[in-house]
Amino acid sequence: MSERDDHEVIVVEALARVAAVTTTEELRELGTELLGRRSPLARAKAGLSSLEAGDRRAAGMALNAARQRIEQALDARSQELVAAERASRIAAERLDLSEVVPNRRRGHLHLVTQARDRLEDTFVAMGYTVAEGPEAESDWYNFEALNFPAGHPAREMYDTFYLEWGSPESTLLRTHTSPVQIRVMERSEPPIYSVMPGRCYRLDTPDASHLPVFHQIEGLVVDRGITFGSLAGTLDAFTEAYFGPGFRSRLRPSYFPFTEPSAEFDITCVFCKGEGCRTCGRTGWLELGGCGMVHPNVFAAVGYDPEVWSGFAFGFGIDRLVMMRHGIDDIRELITNDVRFLEQF
Amino acid sequence: MRVPLSWLRQFTPLDVPVEEVVATLDDLGLAVESVTRVGDGLEGVVVARVLEISAIAGADRIQAVRVDAGAGQSVPVVCGAWNFAVGDLVPLATVGTVLPGGMEIAARRMRGVPSEGMLCAPDELGLPGGHDGILVLDDLEEGEGSAPGTPLADALGLAPDTVLELEVNANRPDAMSVAGVARDLAARLGLGFSLPEPEVGGRQEPRRVEPVSVRVDDPERCGRFVAQVVAGITVGPSPAWIARRLERAGMRAINNVVDASNYVMLELGQPTHPYDLARLPGRGLGVRRARTGESLVTLDGITRTLSVDDLLICDGEDQPVGIAGVMGGASSEIDSATTEVVLEAAWFEPLSVSRTSRRLKLRSEASARFEKGCDWTGIDRAVARFCELLAPAGAVLAGSPVDVVGRLPDRPPVVLRVARVEELLGTSLGPDEITRLLDPIGFTTTPAGDGCLEVVLPPWRLDSTAEIDVVEEIARLHGYRRIPPTVPRSPLAGGLSPYQRDRRQLRQLLAGAGADEAWTTTFLSPSDLARCRLDAGDAVAVTNPLVAEESRLRTSLLPGLVGAVAYNARHRQTGVSLFEVGHTFRRRAASCDQQLPEEVEAIAYAGAGRDATEAVTVWHLVADGLVLDDWRLEAVTAPGLHATRTARLWCGDVDVGLVGEIDPDVLAAHDITERVAWLELDVARVLATPHGGGSYRPVSRFPSSDVDLAFEVDEATPAAEVEATLRGSGSPLLVGLRLFDVYRGDRVAPGRRGLAWTARFQAPDRTLTDEDVAEARRRLVAAVEQRHPATLRGSRPGVERIEASAGTAGNAAQGGAASSGERSEPGVHRPTGGSS
Repeated sequence: MSERDDHEVIVVEALARVAAVTTTEELRELGTELLGRRSPLARAKAGLSSLEAGDRRAAGMALNAARQRIEQALDARSQELVAAERASRIAAERLDLSEVVPNRRRGHLHLVTQARDRLEDTFVAMGYTVAEGPEAESDWYNFEALNFPAGHPAREMYDTFYLEWGSPESTLLRTHTSPVQIRVMERSEPPIYSVMPGRCYRLDTPDASHLPVFHQIEGLVVDRGITFGSLAGTLDAFTEAYFGPGFRSRLRPSYFPFTEPSAEFDITCVFCKGEGCRTCGRTGWLELGGCGMVHPNVFAAVGYDPEVWSGFAFGFGIDRLVMMRHGIDDIRELITNDVRFLEQF
Repeated sequence: MRVPLSWLRQFTPLDVPVEEVVATLDDLGLAVESVTRVGDGLEGVVVARVLEISAIAGADRIQAVRVDAGAGQSVPVVCGAWNFAVGDLVPLATVGTVLPGGMEIAARRMRGVPSEGMLCAPDELGLPGGHDGILVLDDLEEGEGSAPGTPLADALGLAPDTVLELEVNANRPDAMSVAGVARDLAARLGLGFSLPEPEVGGRQEPRRVEPVSVRVDDPERCGRFVAQVVAGITVGPSPAWIARRLERAGMRAINNVVDASNYVMLELGQPTHPYDLARLPGRGLGVRRARTGESLVTLDGITRTLSVDDLLICDGEDQPVGIAGVMGGASSEIDSATTEVVLEAAWFEPLSVSRTSRRLKLRSEASARFEKGCDWTGIDRAVARFCELLAPAGAVLAGSPVDVVGRLPDRPPVVLRVARVEELLGTSLGPDEITRLLDPIGFTTTPAGDGCLEVVLPPWRLDSTAEIDVVEEIARLHGYRRIPPTVPRSPLAGGLSPYQRDRRQLRQLLAGAGADEAWTTTFLSPSDLARCRLDAGDAVAVTNPLVAEESRLRTSLLPGLVGAVAYNARHRQTGVSLFEVGHTFRRRAASCDQQLPEEVEAIAYAGAGRDATEAVTVWHLVADGLVLDDWRLEAVTAPGLHATRTARLWCGDVDVGLVGEIDPDVLAAHDITERVAWLELDVARVLATPHGGGSYRPVSRFPSSDVDLAFEVDEATPAAEVEATLRGSGSPLLVGLRLFDVYRGDRVAPGRRGLAWTARFQAPDRTLTDEDVAEARRRLVAAVEQRHPATLRGSRPGVERIEASAGTAGNAAQGGAASSGERSEPGVHRPTGGSS
């Protein structure tokens, strides 16, 4: 039998063994056995030195060819096995992700907070700052400085909780966010572009649309050349920015001691988009809040010259806005603190 | 204020559709709250007399009635009401009628009994009086035109009409009358307007009528007092048209004298009060302050105790007969025997009426008008109108009125700068345009030079006193919506303050920790505080609470949140996590001379079904989220919290809050069966401490080494103290420290527990040698053993693991896997203060 035949036997046998291997681990061991230092091919190569130079060259070439064939077979088999092993691992690791039950949950911000943040952001984008003040207030900030002199009948528009603090009826829970207007004007010089959100209190028996504790946001602008038209334009711009394109506002004369001219402002009904529906009494408008030009007496109370500065103020209920936006028909839902309510938003 | 359209038309030729009237009123600031059509749908309703009432066998809620429907026609009707008797006159809706509510009347049988029509309750006819029974027309009994078969609309003077309900603001005294509303409407619509000129017959000579005396002791508060004797009256029901108008305007008809007084008030806005002269001792009226302790029974039958601040109307013998401007007394009420009345028509100082009415909690139609300010120049017209209305009942003026004038408002004209109008409104209106707008509502203008107008203010608009008031009227009559909108550009950068930004982050951190934001009430009862073991003595009291018990302002968010946990538990929602941001109020420790109570913005977390360790974890999340480095825990006791599971949180030397668990007794008092983890922080204090990260610290790229150190430590020594010692041991190589195991059991000495930390060492500039690590480790162990009753566990040193990981010390320390072979004991894993 020639050497060439010997090689052929080795190769055929090797290829058969390569084909029979089922894991990459075995294949690595087999590779060493077939091609390593103690392999038949290595031994045959070592035997080359005993040959004549001419034969040696031919035998060497044959040996290399045999080696290449085995190497190719090992490579090919290796690729097959890697692919197969990967496929079986992936198959074995299958997860039905719809079986997952989360073991952590994220909490939710209260709807009123969400609305307040959105409102603040809307005005911040218009160049406003956000100001705050105490909920337990003095009569001066809540009424007197806002042009409600003692005994003024307009005080009756606000059913007030008084606190046992100082002289009788000198300290109260603020009935609106408007005292913050006074605080802001007292501590800074115009121009002022500010919104003032916060909690307010009125002696209202709780029902579907009233709570003794509620939230308002107030706006105050004081600058040179501020007109009633500025008020109308600002509320319109806010309405569109907050509610979306197509939402408008309109003003109707009203009365507040701390503004003059005073107005109620309505917005396009959020339910019918102005078409007219039951909620808006078929008018296409919903009443949102009150507003007006800052009264000269209020400027006088904080020492601003009304001949130099003019301004407007507006305010409305955040809770009511939330109710409109989410179709909540009973304000008391907002304070049940039932997680089944809280986690909806 | 309810205004029938037909009444408005008496003053102005209103010829526009109702919708336009409503829109115009809205735009004038007289918001229309409702529009009601009355008197429609009564075409098929006739007056019928009840002939016979009989029971229906087997029915106890309906009965069979036979009525005379006129022309000898006897109609069977089945009826469910029982409030009438044979002989009564009642309204019958005949077959085919469609009632105002839309109900169509058909012939039918009930329980086999035929019913060919329906007897109607007031509301079914669109009339006041409700649905309690059939409308019994007893005041028609002897009247003309009330024979059976007469159409009901004719019998009651019910011409179809529209009633507008208006919301009148405090600054519109004029709009408290039909005439005032008509004046505004006419001005806006460009229509004519005129007040009625009452026609009063010649004055009767005071033959047997002696004059009445009038004495006004307080001319400051009673600016004008007119007393007019009206004689010859026969008291009886008012004519149907007056009664219907009153009803439609929301007042009940009583008798012709009282009705005439009310009619005049609704029409002209001037309240008047008729006294029965025969029952008025001393034939006189007086106005004076009440005396201390004086009392009076008002018309509503209630005894009112008065104060010296209240103004009284008295009889000629100085006995009170009414509270000025608020309500008359019961003693001189008009009754059927009255023939002579003395009519009081006065002007009272608005603020004093308001004070009295508020203090007595007694609101009346009169006080609502007086406190806004009536028109003292309209008194004579009102008196004449009263007499005119009563003329058909025989009334004549007896003698001249007694007219006492006191102090009346000074109404100097206002100088209006035309340019100021544009400055404030942002729209240009010339003097002619301004005059055109103001004159029709009684603000009469004359040019005053220098671009100014002099404006005389009408007495029916006492709210208007200054230039700005006139500007408002101009804007109102011009139309708010016609003023072009502009958006002023803020010259400021705007934005949230750092405090407001960080407070939003605090909320997000707590939400991220799994808590839902709650909103609990500010009001608590002393018993709420007691149930939470909080001291009610710290709480600020409410003078006039809505609910008597809820008379304190919260001193803590604890009662509210524990209450919310309990509420959820009662609704089978256990394991809830809640947080709240809100103000709490306290009496100041030092003294009460502070202007306001101490008010703190607090944030609190309550985790039901979790213990104090969860609260500490949440605090770690918060501190980490804010990048708050310098803080520590100090075991304390605090009211409402678990005595051995509570710690105060210190940031530097500032007490920022408490962390731990709710006291089990507090939980039991709320029927809460789970543990509740608790964290409360003073938002301002937390955010005032340095946070948010300082200067950059380079991250080493060299390999770090981890060493586990297990100590046996006395129970009395907090882990935090040992950890502080480890951190402060002076090894500059210590970059991470994590408590990974706590062991309690028989493999440590009694009264001690095992605490095991992983320490990570790393140098900023080189790879550590074994010797470096050993030295660092020795320092740590020595520091702990020296300063605390603690020993390194066992004789073996902690196993050293050298990791070839480059430069992720901080992360690795946070997330370090519990893979050391040394961690064989059972243990609790607790997070620590993070990387150093």
